[in-house]
Parts: sequence; C-alpha cells; structure tokens
Amino acid sequence: MASDYVLEAHDLVKRFGEFSAVKGVSFSIERGESFGFLGPNGAGKTSTMRMISAVSQPSSGTLSIFSLDPRTQGPEIRGRLGVVPQEDTLELELSVRHNLEMFGRYFDLPRKVLRERATELLEFAQLSERANDKVENLSGGMKRRLTIARALINRPELLILDEPTTGLDPQARHLLWERLYRLKREGVTQIITTHYMDEAEQLCDRLVVMDHGTIVAHGAPRELIVQHSTREVVELRFGTDSHEDRHLQLAPYAQRVEVLPDRVLLYVNEGDDTLRQLHAIGVVPTSALVRRSSLEDVFLRLTGRTLVD
Amino acid sequence: MLLRALPRFGSRRSLHVFERNFMVYRSQWIMLVSGFFEPLFYLLSIGIGLNHLVGPLPVNGRLVSYAAFVAPGMLATSAMNGAVIDSIFNTFFRLKISHAYEAVLSTPLDVADVALGEVWWALTRATAYAASFIICMVLLGDAGSSWVVLCWPAAILTSLTFSCLGLAACTYLRSWQDFDTVALVQLPLFLFSATFFPISLYPHWLGALVAFSPLYQSAALLRGLSLGQFEWIMLMRVAYLVALAIAGITLAARRFQRILAP
Ligand SMILES: Nc1ncnc2c1ncn2[C@@H]1O[C@H](COP(=O)(O)OP(=O)(O)O)[C@@H](O)[C@H]1O
Ligand SMILES: [Mg+2]
Repeated sequence: MASDYVLEAHDLVKRFGEFSAVKGVSFSIERGESFGFLGPNGAGKTSTMRMISAVSQPSSGTLSIFSLDPRTQGPEIRGRLGVVPQEDTLELELSVRHNLEMFGRYFDLPRKVLRERATELLEFAQLSERANDKVENLSGGMKRRLTIARALINRPELLILDEPTTGLDPQARHLLWERLYRLKREGVTQIITTHYMDEAEQLCDRLVVMDHGTIVAHGAPRELIVQHSTREVVELRFGTDSHEDRHLQLAPYAQRVEVLPDRVLLYVNEGDDTLRQLHAIGVVPTSALVRRSSLEDVFLRLTGRTLVD
Repeated sequence: MLLRALPRFGSRRSLHVFERNFMVYRSQWIMLVSGFFEPLFYLLSIGIGLNHLVGPLPVNGRLVSYAAFVAPGMLATSAMNGAVIDSIFNTFFRLKISHAYEAVLSTPLDVADVALGEVWWALTRATAYAASFIICMVLLGDAGSSWVVLCWPAAILTSLTFSCLGLAACTYLRSWQDFDTVALVQLPLFLFSATFFPISLYPHWLGALVAFSPLYQSAALLRGLSLGQFEWIMLMRVAYLVALAIAGITLAARRFQRILAP
C-alpha cells in the first residue's frame, strides 16, 4: 500500500458558481479511527462529505481514497464505502427489508448473500419486527437506523456519516451512538459530521472544527480543549441586567470572558474559587453554573460564535 | 443504436435500476394490469364509438374505416402517456421527493447508469404494452394490413423518445404543482397531433407547426405501417424520433448530474 491512510485530502475546494462552500481543506484519516467534522450549519461539512464519498468532484485540490483517484476510479471507491447522507434517501415504496436487499444489489452482491446480511442488519438496527413494513410508516429514529444499516450492506471499510443523529430524541441518539461504537470495535473507519459538540466528544478520536468552508482547528477533542480553552467554565446569568456591562467588572477574575446574549462565560481553572471571589466583591448572579470546558467553548473561542444558534 | 451513438454511456450496472423498478412494480400489479386494459378502453370507446358516426376516410388514395385510421394514433398516444407517466412521475418522485437516486449514486453506479437504467425499464414496459395494444387492434379488426407487426418496434421507439424527453423534462419540475405545466404541454400535443383526424384538415400554418410534434410523427409513422403504405418520409420520421431520444437522454444525464452530484 502506498500509504497508511484510508483517505488523504489536500487543499480541497468546492465551488458552486461564484460561491466557495469549501475553501481549501486538508486532512488525512487513518485506518480504524473515528474522525469528526464539527461545525455549524453552512460550514461546508456536507459539501466535503460529498467529495470524499466520490460523488461530487472537487473544484480543485487532490483527494485520494484507499489510494485510489475518485475522478477515474469512482465506482471502485464507492464499492468499498458506506454512506449515511444527511437527509434520508430511503426507497419509500419498498419495504424495510427490500430497502436493504435492493441497495445491496447495486453493489453486485448475490441475492442469497443479501438475504442473510439483511436479516443480520435488521437485527443490528433493531428493526426485525418491522422488516415487512413500508418505510413510510417508520419513525425518524427507525429511518435513521435503517439508513445506517443500509450503508453497511456491502461491509464497507470506511463509513461516512453526515449528521447521523440530527433531529433524533436523546434516546434514539444514544442507541445510534452505541451502534457506532460497536462498528468501531469491529474496525470500521468512520467519518462523522455533527454540530453537536457532545457527539463529537463522544464519538471522535480526532476531529477538525470547520467554519465558513475552512478548518479552524484540528486534534483530539481533549487536546483541542486544553489548547484553546481553560479547564473549567463558569456560566453566569444576570436576570434583566445588560450582560454587556459586566465585561469590565468580571475581566480581572478570568482568563477570558465571553458575553453571550443570555449569559456570561468566564474561562477559569477553578470555577468554585472564582465564584467565591465574585461573591466577596458583591457580584450576585441570578444563576451560576460551573462546568468543564467543552468543544463548544473551543468553537466559541475560535469563531466568536456558538455552534447551534 | 442509441447506445453506440453515445460513447461510454452507462454500464452493465444500469440493469440494477431496472431491477429496482421491477421490485416496486411487482407490488403494484394493479398498475401493470391496468396498463394492459388501457388499449382496450381506448379502442373500444373512441374507435368503435366514433366509427359509427364518422364514415371511412381517404388516406393516400385508399379508403379506410375511421377505426383503422384512428387506432395507430391511439397507439402513439398510449405510448406517449405511458412513457410520460412513468418517467415524469416516478422519476420525479425519486429525484426530488424521496431523493432515492442520491442513495443510488453512493453505490458504484453513476448518473449515466441511472439514466440508462430508466431507459431499459421504459423500453421493457413499452415492449409489453405495445404488443398488447397491437393484439387488441388486430382482434378488433382495426389493423389496416398485416404490416401492422411493424407498428411494434415503431411504438417502442415512440415510448423511448417520450421516456427520454420525460426524463429530461422532470428535472425541471420543482414541485407537484409544476405537473399542471406537464398537462399543459401534453394536452395540446394530444389534441393537435393529427391523432384523430388527418393533418390535411388543419389550416396550412398549423399543419407546418404540427410536423414538429413527436406525437404526430409517431402517429403518422404508425398509420403508414398499419396500412402498409410505405413512403420515404417514414425514414425521416424515425430519424426525428431517434434524434429527440438522443437529445432527451443526453440532456437528462447532464441535468441529473447537476442535481445529484453538483
Ligand atoms: N448545490 C449547491 N449549490 C449552491 N450552493 C450550495 C450547494 N450545496 C451547498 N451549498 C452552499 O454551500 C454552503 C455549505 O453547505 P454545506 O456543505 O451543506 O454545509 P453544512 O453541511 O456544514 O451545513 C452553504 O452556504 C450552502 O448553501
Ligand atoms: Mg450538512
């Protein structure tokens, strides 16, 4: 093999007419790792996913997947990929089982093999009881699980998941996470986009933070937090007072102060100490919360905006 | 012929698109059966009904019954309707509503395979429906001559042309409301394509315009074949239908590419 990387992208650009959705991103993904793209809506995550799933061609830059060239070896590459698109793309006119079996046919897999795999995957997605139902009648979480199961029908080496849990309730999300851990243990390389920082922290070994078509940071979730944030964050709310006015007063007590419309964030190492100091000088917020720094804080630090608005 | 004209267009994998359609239609057998009854309804209602009111007509110097005159026109219309309904409605659904094609493109298939697969499907359906229509024509005595068997390939070509045009057209539709526009094109095409009465009855300027209608070209071709009246111009008609088919599928593949993998 020419490289240890499953995927290597260098300076990828995607233009739609005049507009550049992706403005030169580079990253390499190792076999077996879970790699995340964290960023708000419109950051260019989906555009990047469509390029690295060998569906849409980069406007410029180089891309190699399994050491193959997506421009000329698209079918071969796609045969080894599993893709979970952002929007469900299930066949509404086919049953749950037929969705799996038919999808496998596109990979030239024999029907007999597909019947067995479909049965396994229905089990995996906890949909065995709904095997013969029309897809239309499934809940959002079930459709998402079916979409993930479908992406596994060809036993892919690399699974690309575009916002796999957006729009799901917490229970359905946790079930999906659990399925993704299982796949990771089985050695499937995963690329996941999300705008949920907890999801990125939970699922990804390494990630890049994307904003406005560029990568603004990359590393392991913990590294990024250590690098770009403090250990703890104190969140203060001040009822009706203007939060803006608090900036000057609070600045000496924190390494950094972020004023958001509904709260003030103090970046500190020991949140409880800070609260005590504030109390001593007579600062009385309507509510105060001490928490550990998260990727959300990293994003805020790097872009000046919150992830989900 | 169509395939050789377009180098490296699609692959054997396009057959899986055919397979997918077959899978869906297997569960919608009512639609399949109704497709076979449709010609009977056409021929019985319009053919037999009007046959008593309208006397025989002269076609190229030969007097033929109105039923024998109108049946090839009905065959052309039914080929058009079948192709348009299938390519426009079903393709639109998967292109813009369920986005199922997007999923297909994440497999080894590419856009050309999808377009070609839909054409295979359209051809298969057309082959079956045209055969059933022609058998009905023969049984009801509406075939002008035994050359009517040549109507079979000609009707399949008609379906192919309209399928390719329909595939291209459906990429421009944005919502179900836009289907009114489809009807707005299809109805005048149906009414003004000399399917019910000879083109010589139209005013001269309209007749010239009608010549551009693929439905007219198909009806005239089928009529000539059914009556066994061969003319050189029939080759022109075939060429016109083939050219539209190639233009349609080429445009469709390009539009699919832009929509599905921009
Ligand atoms: N086919 C397209 N044509 C034009 N603009 C597009 C197209 N697809 C995406 N965009 C634009 O590119 C930007 C990035 O979109 P996307 O990649 O979907 O971001 P994300 O997945 O991070 O939300 C957005 O501003 C979006 O409107
Ligand atoms: Mg997206």
